[in-house]
Amino acid sequence: MTTASQPPLIMGIESSCDETGVAFVRGCELLADEVASSVDEHARFGGVVPEVASRAHLEAMTPTVRRAAERAGVRLSDVDAIAVTVGPGLAGALLVGLSAAKAYALALDKPLYGVNHLVGHVAVDQLEHGPLPKPVVALLVSGGHTSLLLVRDLATDVQLLGETVDDAAGEAYDKVARLLNLPYPGGPPIDRAARDGDGTAIHFPRGKWGDGTYDFSFSGLKTAVARWVEDAERQGRPVSVPDVAAAFQEAVADVLTRKAVDACREHGVRHLVISGGVAANSRLRALAEERCAAAGIEVRVPRPRLCTDNGAMIAALGAEVVAAGLPPSPLDMAVDTSLPVSSVLVN
Amino acid sequence: MLLLAFDTATPAVTTALCESGPDGVRVRAARTTVDARRHGELLTPQIRTVVADAGVDLEDVTHIAVGIGPGPYTGLRVGLATAHALAEALGVPCVGVATLDALAWASGRTTPFIAATDARRKEVFWARYTDAATRVGDIAVNRPADVDTAGLPVIGHGAHLYADVFGQDPEAAEPLYPTAAALGEFAVRALRDGTPLPEPRPLYLRRPDAQIPGAPKKVRQPTAAELGRSR
Repeated sequence: MTTASQPPLIMGIESSCDETGVAFVRGCELLADEVASSVDEHARFGGVVPEVASRAHLEAMTPTVRRAAERAGVRLSDVDAIAVTVGPGLAGALLVGLSAAKAYALALDKPLYGVNHLVGHVAVDQLEHGPLPKPVVALLVSGGHTSLLLVRDLATDVQLLGETVDDAAGEAYDKVARLLNLPYPGGPPIDRAARDGDGTAIHFPRGKWGDGTYDFSFSGLKTAVARWVEDAERQGRPVSVPDVAAAFQEAVADVLTRKAVDACREHGVRHLVISGGVAANSRLRALAEERCAAAGIEVRVPRPRLCTDNGAMIAALGAEVVAAGLPPSPLDMAVDTSLPVSSVLVN
Repeated sequence: MLLLAFDTATPAVTTALCESGPDGVRVRAARTTVDARRHGELLTPQIRTVVADAGVDLEDVTHIAVGIGPGPYTGLRVGLATAHALAEALGVPCVGVATLDALAWASGRTTPFIAATDARRKEVFWARYTDAATRVGDIAVNRPADVDTAGLPVIGHGAHLYADVFGQDPEAAEPLYPTAAALGEFAVRALRDGTPLPEPRPLYLRRPDAQIPGAPKKVRQPTAAELGRSR
């Protein structure tokens, strides 16, 4: 299926949370990347409602495939292989994408690769900045995940260094936004509010700071912000939303970048990839640039559109496992809501 | 017409390949596996097996018919997502059949009855039929005790689970599940006779469970003075 002239055409399907993503990729070239999001349907609930997400995936799946194929200028019969998210994620949401992917694989008689969502977040950087150096450390920060990975090889060797023990960083953003009467999802409005604030005005706690692990904790930070706001209100002190937002954001970015740089140092790695929805955060990016520059580490952050959930990340990882010559996944594979990062490919 | 039929809206994962000919509908191959928790694992391999059993290629299929429920949502969506993608990739039309209508057709009954499947949460999805081919009114979801049976026999897994409520022998509930063979026959006949079939979209009959959150919970304990005020 691989010709000397061009790498195989991979269709990637993603449905682990609230975005239905479909993309077409050849090697490191992104041909089309279509996303249908149900985020607006979740906004009034203040978080993703699994059943709402699953229903939206079913409605959006085939139209999104059609749109992506049109945009890429390919026919489904041109596809050489299909990659799909098997996990981690929401069971009902994953199952819609996996069922569709199996049906496409069967009907088109093409191999199917069930891949890991988190590793996809790292692989997607190749579509923007070209092949990843080996090894890299990856910091994945989103509404569902906060993980540090050591990636020696995208297709075959990914190791979990640490992850959040409670809330994901993005979840903390959503909860703090709600405390401050800012809209859902909380990342962009907190980032905007923080621009006019002073990140040193309040010192919020850094969970698991200097505990000798690469794990994170954001639940205590969220509670600390809630306490501070309640105390201020009770005592009749004005609550400066920009200052609270900036100080909260400082605490998140501080602990994330510190542990990421420590991980690079310990493993002698000179490249850090930051991905996931929270990678779009301006303070996280600035502080990572600053600290990595000081430590002689190069930072790679995909553009925001590629950092959030999409089909491109899955197609990019699919291209990588196909190029590595790994065997395809069986048609009876199941979704795995807590698939470990070390399982890049399910077979 | 070579129609591929399947249903995943009950614990039965069921697939059939049906062909219409001059002397009616012929079921070329069919398979059913009952496993309420593995719809996603079972369906696509089952389709591959049924197509192979019939000695045809998937490209020979001219129509797809899928059970649209109602039924437990996660399993139900496996069938629909599969049907949508197969139809798209093969470039063939896809129609829906209410799962209860397939169950009713599978019963072959010629006198009035009620078909009921398990809706979980101690409820059933149900509808009334004058015979195997004819539903009267809409499909509903209720607690078994709230189903107005009007003394009619009740069939299906719902009747089996709540035989005591319906006041009948659990064994009288057969058939418990729809078969894709029945679903396919039902669809082929409707397509041939020009009887409209539903779009291949899910019948949920319930809204998603979700609560709009109130104000954030307070993290501080109220002081004694505050407690005194609220009394």
